[in-house]
Amino acid sequence: MNASVGIVSAQRASFDTPLTFKSGAVLPRYELMYETYGTLNAAKSNAILICHALSGHHHVAGFYADNEKNIGWWDNMVGPGKPIDTDKFFVIGLNNLGGCHGSTGPSSIDPQTGKPYGANFPVITVDDWVESQARLATHLGITQFAAVIGGSLGGMQAMQWALSYPERVRHVLAIASAPHLTAQNIAFNDVARSAILTDPDFHSGDFYQHGVVPTRGLRLARMLGHITYLSDDAMADKFGRELRSGKLNFNFDIEFQIESYLRYQGDKFAAYFDANTYLLMTKALDYFDPARELDGDLNRAFSAARAKFLVVSFTTDWRFSPGRSREIVHALLHNKLDVSYAEISSQHGHDSFLMDDEQYFSVMRNYLDRVAQEGAA
Amino acid sequence: MNSSIIESRPDFAAIAAWIPQGSSVLDLGCGDGSLLRYLRETREVQGYGVEISDANIAACIANNVNVIQSDLESGIADFENQSFDFVILSQTLQATRHTEALMNEIVRVGREGIVSFPNFGYWKNRLQVLLGNMPVSDELPYQWYDTPNVHLCTLDDFEFLCAHLHIRVLGRHVMAGGRNVHAMPNLLGSTAVYRFRLDV
Repeated sequence: MNASVGIVSAQRASFDTPLTFKSGAVLPRYELMYETYGTLNAAKSNAILICHALSGHHHVAGFYADNEKNIGWWDNMVGPGKPIDTDKFFVIGLNNLGGCHGSTGPSSIDPQTGKPYGANFPVITVDDWVESQARLATHLGITQFAAVIGGSLGGMQAMQWALSYPERVRHVLAIASAPHLTAQNIAFNDVARSAILTDPDFHSGDFYQHGVVPTRGLRLARMLGHITYLSDDAMADKFGRELRSGKLNFNFDIEFQIESYLRYQGDKFAAYFDANTYLLMTKALDYFDPARELDGDLNRAFSAARAKFLVVSFTTDWRFSPGRSREIVHALLHNKLDVSYAEISSQHGHDSFLMDDEQYFSVMRNYLDRVAQEGAA
Repeated sequence: MNSSIIESRPDFAAIAAWIPQGSSVLDLGCGDGSLLRYLRETREVQGYGVEISDANIAACIANNVNVIQSDLESGIADFENQSFDFVILSQTLQATRHTEALMNEIVRVGREGIVSFPNFGYWKNRLQVLLGNMPVSDELPYQWYDTPNVHLCTLDDFEFLCAHLHIRVLGRHVMAGGRNVHAMPNLLGSTAVYRFRLDV
């Protein structure tokens, strides 16, 4: 499990064809940051696209020559001999449009104004991302992916691929995902957005010009997010009621270990993540609903799909619960599409999809081995 | 692989004989997916399995068999009415808790049901009971205190349940030691496979 793709470097693709968003907004030109691992075969049939979740980016696997500690966010899953095997597949990770890791986003300079887009960056949807990813695929000479894979918000993109471009994806792996967010889930996102929007340093999204960052809002948003990504049991196991100083201090400083952990995570995140990107990502989550224009009929939404599916959920994930994955499975069964569904017993809540787990990894490995054999046949 | 599977599971051949090319099949408690794989390779069925065990889920996926991880007694509720040509329950009926409800579900989801189970009325089982012990055999390899088999029945018992549920038996295949049994099946058969549908 220690094999790594080794030293990797990010690449940049520029697109001059205007992209019309679902909202009607038009982005005249844009850039996407991406990384690739493995080798594209002669038939160009072994490509896999990895779609990232809320805070992810293009650096999926390996490390950088100038910083060996900067390891890709899914390095345990992607690499030579790993479940997403770079000896067999040509794997692409990208930073989504609207992101803050090099692809065109709110913190990029708008060539029309010479200033960062800020609040002017259009609200983006999962459909828009898939459109931009399809253009990246074309740019790389890939007409059809062997698989599109994603967890959480990334799983939504993977599913949307099967709906937007049924002929361009053979397998969809939707992990810890949902066919749309519930009201409770949107509510969490709204609290996170409110924390950012009400931070005095946010300046309606144009904080760049003021030389400040809405750190307090971002930190709160991330702290809330973290609570929902973990399970009650995992938090109890990891932190319990442990006190940092071993005694009660009768004040409002950080006393419990869980408080210390959340603030640390919040501070770390606020130091590098863009507040406007956070708003966009949560909106994309809220808006995703392929059945919306079909009277909520998910069966009809999936009637366009031709791909084969692997749907995976985790027992302690309450933010994207197994029941939500079963809704996806139900719609796929209705359409008589090939689907396998694995419900992984895991302690780590929504974060499980990023963790090592023997059963999860064998399911992924076995499934992708079949995908590779089918490509070789 | 096909021949070895049939040798180890003679009920598979009996089941396959009833399934026309290109049928849709739901296999409840599909194990490692061997039957579905066999049916795909010999009958080109479009199939799904329902299975609860982690190891079997991974094995089904390795066998290139569609599998849904779920408890089969609650999981079948997710399937729509008459959505499969065949719903199969192979060597599992005796281990189900809500057997009557499950039989109703099988004929709701499948146009036909196929069920195989060990015959408790087999003479060797009867003999063991007569001699004062619960039967232990190749088909019933458990002791009374560790058996998952909570609803054992004889062929006659099963047919009585079918009649009670307005289920019509369309075919029956009885075997003992890999051989077909025709005379006195309730006494001489160790394993039975039934094919049935709702009597409407």
